[in-house]
Amino acid sequence: MSPSEHRLTVPVRDPDRLLELKVGDVVYLNGTLITARDKAHQRMFDEGREPPVDLDRAAIFHAGPVVRKRDGDYELVVVGPTTSTRMAKYLEDVLEAGVRVIVGKGGMGPEAPKLMKGRAVYLTAPGGCAALLSERVERIRDVCWRDLGVPEAMWILEVREFGPLIVTVDAHGNELSWKETG
Amino acid sequence: MSESEEELVESIAEATVEALRVAETRLPEDVMESLERAREEESNERARMILDAILENVRIAREKEVPMCQDTGLITVIAEVGRRFPVRLAETIQKGIKRGVQRATEEIPLRPNVVHPITRENTGDNTGRRAPVIRFVPTKGEELRLHFMPKGFGSENSSAVTRLLPTEGLSGIWDFVLDTVKRAGGMPCPPIVLGVGVGGTIEEAAFLAKLALFRPLNVRNPDPALADLEERLLDAVNELGIGPMGLGGDTTALAVNIEMAYTHTAGLPVAVNIQCWANRRATAIIYPDGFYEIVQDDYPRGEVE
Ligand code: SF4
Repeated sequence: MSPSEHRLTVPVRDPDRLLELKVGDVVYLNGTLITARDKAHQRMFDEGREPPVDLDRAAIFHAGPVVRKRDGDYELVVVGPTTSTRMAKYLEDVLEAGVRVIVGKGGMGPEAPKLMKGRAVYLTAPGGCAALLSERVERIRDVCWRDLGVPEAMWILEVREFGPLIVTVDAHGNELSWKETG
Repeated sequence: MSESEEELVESIAEATVEALRVAETRLPEDVMESLERAREEESNERARMILDAILENVRIAREKEVPMCQDTGLITVIAEVGRRFPVRLAETIQKGIKRGVQRATEEIPLRPNVVHPITRENTGDNTGRRAPVIRFVPTKGEELRLHFMPKGFGSENSSAVTRLLPTEGLSGIWDFVLDTVKRAGGMPCPPIVLGVGVGGTIEEAAFLAKLALFRPLNVRNPDPALADLEERLLDAVNELGIGPMGLGGDTTALAVNIEMAYTHTAGLPVAVNIQCWANRRATAIIYPDGFYEIVQDDYPRGEVE
């Protein structure tokens, strides 16, 4: 059986759409994707700083891009997922902040299916496939907290048909992992 | 710096930039073949889709000359200093490599990944105290061979070192390798490659594990017993069913490479260094006149046989 394919606009306008996604399904994202790694999470949730972008219904991407500066503007070279488990301890905070879609690799930790149920989905991007995924990034719209360094800053990306992403934790409390399938 | 030393530093820097450009944007032939074969043989549909994405990604990276992965890595260099490059040139070689890494960071470009271990302050140019990691090893050859491995930390963080009891022997090694792979799961972006270092001291075992990763996937250890162990361990790892990205499948690892050193009668150090599918390697062969070439099928033997 082929997995079903979905196209999802982010930020998520209609939260009910999330319920259509089931573990194992393939998703392509259209809209805005915000990168956030260790330091951005630390600053928002340990230091309690206001997020520099609106996270309501947002999609965040555990990733640090390679960029090039050209005529004062940042140009994306490539971007791909980093290991999400490092950010797992902030999951409750992230969901509280309104995030509905998390993109990364390696899973969101053992609590994820319970915490994300009815609220959000976790999508696995093919790890290391930065050249492929970058073809689907139209441009860098903005960058926040540049002082955290290139990988750790929050990059606001405009994406089109961004994928293939695999639903790994759905909003029904299920998780896809090799332990069950293998 | 004397004029001739400056010339040598400059040509090592240039060779470093070119070797890194090749390593970051193209997978070695042996890795490509192995990935393509895995794609052919994979029975899990989702796993096939991921392997297709990886292959497509590699094609795009090569065509557009962009890094195949955003984690352009921490760079390890094994420097084989040939007879005509006296070791007193070590400082010159180091200088050349650092200059090359700084330039490659701008030109390719690479992501600035190198930070102070405690303050986490980023140097911005992928160099710092003892970074990149440079190991000098003896060789029989004449030239200077700089073997580059820019390696990401998804896979490096999944690696492990232990010291087993001498009585744990082969079955202890076997279990440690499988446990390390299981604990790693999807984190190191499977399909992975395993470098296993057995024996020596704790740091020798870790070095051997890294050295093993420099070896092409289709070259088995010259010792038949170790070659056999490499093949059996590979089968056992693939039996786990972790699959590409840890989402299940037949393809968990592409190869297991083992290197061995004699050790103390009271111990058995073992290290497992995990490499991801983005098994990036390139070698700059530099001749004493400053001429250089870049290849992807050479590898350090780590000893003068
Ligand atoms: S583990 Fe390898 S392929 Fe995956 S993100 Fe890191 S460097 Fe890239």
